[in-house]
Amino acid sequence: MNLFTGAFAWLVDAANWQGSGSIPQRVTEHLGYTAAAMILAVVIAVPLGWWVGHTGRGKELVVGVTGAARALPSFGLLFLFVMVAGVLLREPASVIVLMLLAVPPILAGAYSGLEVIDRRIIDAARSVGMTEWQILWRVEVPLGLPLLFGGLRSAVLQVVATAVLIVYIGLGGIGFDIVQGIQLRRYDQMLGSALLVIALALILDAIFALFERYAVPRGVRAGRNIDVRTTPLGRRATAETTATSKKAM
Amino acid sequence: MTWVVSNLALIIDLTIVHVRLSVLPIIIGFVLAIPLGWVAYRFRLTRGLILTLVGLLYTIPSLAMFVILPPLLGIGFLSEANVLIALTIYALAIMARSVADALASVDADVRQAATAVGYSSWSRFWLVDLPLAGPVLLAGLRVVAVSTVSLATVGIIVGAQSLGYLFTNGYQRQILASVLTGVVMTVLVALIFDRLLMLLGRWVMPWMRVGRTPSSSRFRPRRRSHANSSSHSRLAPTAEPVSQGSAR
Repeated sequence: MNLFTGAFAWLVDAANWQGSGSIPQRVTEHLGYTAAAMILAVVIAVPLGWWVGHTGRGKELVVGVTGAARALPSFGLLFLFVMVAGVLLREPASVIVLMLLAVPPILAGAYSGLEVIDRRIIDAARSVGMTEWQILWRVEVPLGLPLLFGGLRSAVLQVVATAVLIVYIGLGGIGFDIVQGIQLRRYDQMLGSALLVIALALILDAIFALFERYAVPRGVRAGRNIDVRTTPLGRRATAETTATSKKAM
Repeated sequence: MTWVVSNLALIIDLTIVHVRLSVLPIIIGFVLAIPLGWVAYRFRLTRGLILTLVGLLYTIPSLAMFVILPPLLGIGFLSEANVLIALTIYALAIMARSVADALASVDADVRQAATAVGYSSWSRFWLVDLPLAGPVLLAGLRVVAVSTVSLATVGIIVGAQSLGYLFTNGYQRQILASVLTGVVMTVLVALIFDRLLMLLGRWVMPWMRVGRTPSSSRFRPRRRSHANSSSHSRLAPTAEPVSQGSAR
C-alpha cells in the first residue's frame, strides 16, 4: 500500500503539472489521439451501419468484420502500420490503427440497433405514409440509439486502452509516463500514471453509459420492462454481445 | 519468407508459450464466472453490484492492470503470474456477464416445468438451466478465448514471453516479417481456439447440430417473421435435454 501513497503523491505533485511532459499535456495528447480516431471511425461506421441495418444488405460483411476484428492483436497492428507507413508518418498511422479498432464495435452498434427493432413498427411507419428517409431518421435511428451508444462505448474503451501502447512507437500519451516509470524503476510515476489512465477510461465509460441510458426515446422508456429476467432476453442479449465484442488491449 | 524459415523454431516456441499463457486464464475465468454469473443472475441486488464491478474491471487498460496488480497482490512485477492473473480477471469480467445473460435466456416456462416435475433447484441448475444456457455460454466463451489470445501479446511488456515478442523485437530491429508473422500467428491461434470451442460445443451439446449455432443465429434475418425466429432459436435446444431429464 505504501507504493500507492507514493503514486498519489506523484499525481498531486505540482512539479508534474507544468512544463513539457506534464500530466495535463499527456492527458491532452491521449484524448487527442482518442478523439481523432473516434471521429474518423464514427464518420465511416455509423452511416455504413445504418445503411446495412436499413436495407438489410451486406449483413454478412458486418458479421465478418466484427468477428475477424476480435482476433486481431491491435498491439501488433500498431507496429505493423508504422513500419509500413514509415516512422515519419507514425502519427497518422497510429490514428488509423486506433480508428480500425473503433470501427467494428460502432458498426455493430449502428447495425444491430436497427436490426433489433420490431418489424411491425417499421411496417406501421411505412403504412402511415413515411418515406424511407423518414423511417430511417424518425423511427429507426432514434430507436437504435441506445445500441449505437453501446457500440461507441466499447469502441472508446478499446481506443483509450490501446492509445496507452502508442508510446512504443515513439508517441506520447499517458502510456509514456507508465513506460518511463517502468524503465526508470520509478514506481510512484508508473503507478500514478496507471491510475490516471484507469480514471480516464472509467470517466469516458461513465459518460457513454449515461448517453446510452438517456438515448432511449421517451415513449419507449415508459413502456419498457425493467426486470431483465422477465423480458425476452434472447433478442436483447445477443444484440448486446455483438456491440460489446472484445476486451481492449 | 526467408525470415520465417530461418526463425521457424522461435516462432513455434513462442506459439506454444502463447497458447499456454492463454489457455489457463480462459479455463479459470470460465470456471469462476459460472458461480459469479449465477449470483448476478439470481438476485437483483447482487446483479447490479457484480455486473458493475466486472464492468469496471473490464474497463482497465491492460498495461495499467499489469502495473497495479503486483503491488496489490504482492507478486513480482515481471512474474508470469502477473500476466496470468490479469488475463484471468479480464476473462472473468467478460464471462460473468455472459453467464448472467445466458441463464436469463432460458425460457421461464421450461424452468417452471422442470420445477413442476420435481427438480430441486440444485439439480435443475445443472440438468436444465445450464444445458439450455449452453449456446449463449458458448458464444461468450468464444469471445473470451479470442480476446484473451489477442490480449496475451501485450504481456511481453512486462516480460511474459508470447507472440508479442515478435512485435517488440521485430519493431526494434525493423524486421517487418517478424511483426507480420506475429500478427498472423496470433490471429491463427485465436481462430483455432474459436474453432475448437465450436466443435467442443457441438460435442457437449449435440442438440445444437440440429438447430443453428448461437453466433450465426444472432445475425440471421429477423425481417419477415421475427416472432417466429426469435422463439425458434430457443426451441431447438429446449427439446432434447428436458425430455432426457424427465425420462431419467
